[in-house]
Amino acid sequence: MLIAVSMALFALGLLGVIVRRNVLIMLMCMELMLNGVSLSLVAFAQQMASVSGAVLVFLIFVVATAEIAIAIPIVLLLVRHKHAMDLDAYADLKG
Amino acid sequence: MIETLLIYLFALSSLVAAVLMLVLRHPMRVALALIAAMMSLAGVYALLNVHVIAVFQVLIYVGAVMVFMVYAIMLLDVRDQSFTRRFSGLLVPGIVGLLLFLAILAHGLWRSLPAPAGVAGGTLFGVKDFSVAFLNDYWLHFELVSVLLVAAVVAALAVLQVGRRGRG
Repeated sequence: MLIAVSMALFALGLLGVIVRRNVLIMLMCMELMLNGVSLSLVAFAQQMASVSGAVLVFLIFVVATAEIAIAIPIVLLLVRHKHAMDLDAYADLKG
Repeated sequence: MIETLLIYLFALSSLVAAVLMLVLRHPMRVALALIAAMMSLAGVYALLNVHVIAVFQVLIYVGAVMVFMVYAIMLLDVRDQSFTRRFSGLLVPGIVGLLLFLAILAHGLWRSLPAPAGVAGGTLFGVKDFSVAFLNDYWLHFELVSVLLVAAVVAALAVLQVGRRGRG
């Protein structure tokens, strides 16, 4: 059951990244995907009664914190540069 | 019995919060929905007896990451097209592709997984077990992660420095 929930969370986060337009909301949906994955890790660790899954989830937390600490300044700079949070404003990278 | 019921309840509330994240308009409300999803996941972890992870979920995710996110939302109060039109043009292809992806994933998972042995297992991951395993077996990973954190701090400073030079 928990595996299905984690799959649903991952899928909803992926859908959010694809579908939403706001850059910050896309970042938050990526966080949701990460949470779904860590839920699946915890469920598997619970089933196998091993503590290494919990350690892995803890390491994932730290990596997620580092990721956010870099992503938010980048988004801040982009938005200050373009004055827009809409993703279409950043389409000039498209060839 | 009551624990299983509570696990179902928390899982359901996390799913509801995730759906709300997709449909709400204002970024602050999306952030609040994400906080609700993370808190209910922390409840699930606590009910699964993985107390360490539940505590760190609340402390790190809700306490640090989401507070940072909320600050960024308050700093960037830009109201542009993403306010009036919530969804990009990829709405229909995104949903179709997602359903396909889910079908493939579910097919692969349901064939390979062993039969689930109940929802609420009895294994207790106390702080003691966790920290003994963490610092005895995984000390190298701990050090690597600390190096990664230092690199992240340096990178964030470098990004801000580039922005200052670009403006000045």
